[in-house]
Amino acid sequence: MRVPILKQGEYLIASIQSALTDEDLMQLRDDLADQAGRFRSRGIIVDVTALDVMDSFACRTLRSLASILRLRGAQMAIVGIQPEVAFSMVQLGLAFGEVRTALDLEEGLVLLRQEAAERQR
Amino acid sequence: MKDDFHIKIRSGADIVAARLRGRQLAADAGFSSIDQTIIATAISELARNIVEYARRGEIRLTLVADAKTKGIRVEAHDDGPGIANIDLAMQDGYSTGGGMGLGLPGIRRLMDEFTISSKAGEPTTVITTKWVR
Repeated sequence: MRVPILKQGEYLIASIQSALTDEDLMQLRDDLADQAGRFRSRGIIVDVTALDVMDSFACRTLRSLASILRLRGAQMAIVGIQPEVAFSMVQLGLAFGEVRTALDLEEGLVLLRQEAAERQR
Repeated sequence: MKDDFHIKIRSGADIVAARLRGRQLAADAGFSSIDQTIIATAISELARNIVEYARRGEIRLTLVADAKTKGIRVEAHDDGPGIANIDLAMQDGYSTGGGMGLGLPGIRRLMDEFTISSKAGEPTTVITTKWVR
């Protein structure tokens, strides 16, 4: 299932709607890397509220996407990690490293705006 | 209620099918929402090991019970090349597949019981169980 990507000003918002296969995740990575350049986006938010499981592949794919976007001058934030998913990630030993995370979409937008303001100073 | 499922694992779509089935079974058995996600995550990692290292195999899900409580047994069987050194594979940070190397120790932390049997050149079997608290 392809993840819908919404363009809102300088931001791209990808809202995952259901369980994703590895192929779906790679498609999302490629779509966002492509659209972020095409739309000259400053910030990208990946909303994982509806994602059933964050396993090692999903984590690795989202981390590499954040690195790709950073190299292209955009910031990415992951929002909506559910408490059960966070719990499982910690037990499994997964982490997002330098990738920014926020509670929900609203907080994610605030975070990206703050970071953009800091970079301009 | 059917309480025993064998799911062939060959592709990314099979990984998702196995973990969704496991979550449903865990919900039926009375696991909390956190434990349902933990079980689904462990199934996803076990199925991923099959696809990455062995290409094909099977996840078997069984509802189990002892005198005190109910549980779910998750087994991974593959037709792969086997693991030459299980002690090494069970160390955090070790991986032969270029992955994050968290697979087996992480799965052991997620589940209550964990056994693995494998030798170089022979199929690998991992059997894990989680009990309803």
